[in-house]
Amino acid sequence: MTDLSKNIEALREKKAVIEMGGGEAAIEKQVAMGKLTARERILALLDKNSFHEYDMFVKHDGRDFGMEKKVLPGDGVVTGTGTIFGAPVCIYAQDFTVAGGSLGLQHARKITKIMDHALKMKCPIIGINDSGGARIQEGVGALAGYGEIFYRNTIASGVIPQISLILGPCAGGAVYSPALTDFVFVVENISKMFITGPNVIKTVLGEDISMEDLGGARVHAETTGNAHFYALSEQECFDQVKRLVSFIPWNNQERAKVVEPKEPSAMLNIEQVVPADPKQPYDVRDVIKCIVDDSDFLEIQELWAANIVIGFGRMAGETVGFVANQPMVLAGVLDCDSADKAARFIRFCDSFNIPIITLEDMPGYLPGVDQEHAGVIRHGAKVLYAYSEATVPKITVILRKAYGGGYIAMNSRHLGADFMFAWPSAEIAVMGPEGAANIIFRKEIMEAEDQNAMRQEKVKEYIEKFANPYVAASKGFIDSVIEPKETRSLLLHALKLSILKEEYRPAKKHGLPPF
Amino acid sequence: MEKKHQQEEYVDFVVTARKYKTLLTAKYKNRPMWHKPSVGDVVSHLPGTIIKIMVEEGQAVEAGQLLLIHEAMKMQNRVVAPVSGVVVELNVKEGDKITKNHLMVKIEPK
Repeated sequence: MTDLSKNIEALREKKAVIEMGGGEAAIEKQVAMGKLTARERILALLDKNSFHEYDMFVKHDGRDFGMEKKVLPGDGVVTGTGTIFGAPVCIYAQDFTVAGGSLGLQHARKITKIMDHALKMKCPIIGINDSGGARIQEGVGALAGYGEIFYRNTIASGVIPQISLILGPCAGGAVYSPALTDFVFVVENISKMFITGPNVIKTVLGEDISMEDLGGARVHAETTGNAHFYALSEQECFDQVKRLVSFIPWNNQERAKVVEPKEPSAMLNIEQVVPADPKQPYDVRDVIKCIVDDSDFLEIQELWAANIVIGFGRMAGETVGFVANQPMVLAGVLDCDSADKAARFIRFCDSFNIPIITLEDMPGYLPGVDQEHAGVIRHGAKVLYAYSEATVPKITVILRKAYGGGYIAMNSRHLGADFMFAWPSAEIAVMGPEGAANIIFRKEIMEAEDQNAMRQEKVKEYIEKFANPYVAASKGFIDSVIEPKETRSLLLHALKLSILKEEYRPAKKHGLPPF
Repeated sequence: MEKKHQQEEYVDFVVTARKYKTLLTAKYKNRPMWHKPSVGDVVSHLPGTIIKIMVEEGQAVEAGQLLLIHEAMKMQNRVVAPVSGVVVELNVKEGDKITKNHLMVKIEPK
């Protein structure tokens, strides 16, 4: 019998060297920047002892500029498989300690291999980005690598969930992989994302801007909308990723894992959250917390386009997506950004078999030249498209205002809603009473001696006649007018009834949403 | 991240003739105000560098006449007069690095 101990010892030695990445000095630098190493990140994210690394022994392709003499352990990226709360995931993490995490052809091939694996095994793919960019010495091979990653991001879109963590620089072409994925996570002081960096901007324009101000975490979470989750530390970011993974299915043929249902917190009284006066604000997230299991709501893109709220909650243990106008911010209007935000989320839910509950309280679209010129028509149309296209169960609750185009857009019966509920405080009308009265009674108001008094009177007349849910209910556009405290139980009923929902669309290669 | 807002933080915000109490976003507050552009305004469409200037203030120019060369995105772009008239403002000099939407030349149409 041959003793394998020598071979095993040799393997262990080889692995130990590779696991040191760029070596002690480089690791110290990484730590000094407040960052974990690639392997530490993977271990922190995955279930204990679940990580299995692939392609440790892959060597880089550089043959020029002295690269042929350099050894780059793992070619600057760690790839493999593991589990999160028992759910299988494929994962890769760029290793900044090895040649600045720069991407060469073999580095990219390791990534595309694990992406192909994820697509074949139908499990989520998680990418941790921390890279100086293309490995210039390899030239066009590096560009090929990026292209092959983007192609797979696109092919996998809507089949498996794709998650990107930006835990370091991610600049130039590299940004397009995260941009093609479903959820992007950023961390304060660590994430840096931009197409053209501060140096180029300074050279070309003379504009002096720091990386943080140009493409830091806060910028992407609040201003650009490129990021979905914002954290103050890497650990908080990992907790957010795990929480998200717990809400979503492994792939587009599964449903999200069911958890033990719990009643919402008794501390919240749904009847007291929403003021009767339609002009007064409140936080619609409080309404969601009155409705979902355990009052547990995972908000997405919390800081960007806050006039609409999106996120996941559970009803009877099953994941549900919420889309809700936020009267507390910009009166809850739809605009370019909030339309983009809602539409993309609706499409995610539809792709991954997650029912959508829409809570409506909105006065219309944001007025302004900047909005019109920014293409609010094209952006707003995305919401109509996304709701109409979706075949998952679609339920709407109208809390207060549902005016004009906004009423139609927010998952109305006319776009294929399965259940339409309205609170008695709902106002379903072509526009707000003041605007409507000004038009309908223009002549009477103009001719009146006291125009203001006449206007007030006509507004009152309009409110009495139309500012309610009963006109819409009389036409069957609303299925039932319900008491606020019945909301949760009726939503549970509606969801139960929709479990076997089937709805078909004409065969086509793909639709043409107004991107 | 979540915090409760005080009543006094809310402002009036009008949508179709009705005033709502709400918060405004930074983006909304910082939105640019629109101004009607003038036909004789020659504005940069890209950030770049002024390489050469062919006209001076007070000079009469014909529509289509070359005003200056603006290097941007590694291309030397010929900037021509959109209308015939007189150069009343020349806001750049050779070697200047300018941003997008910079008013380079103002022509008073004749």
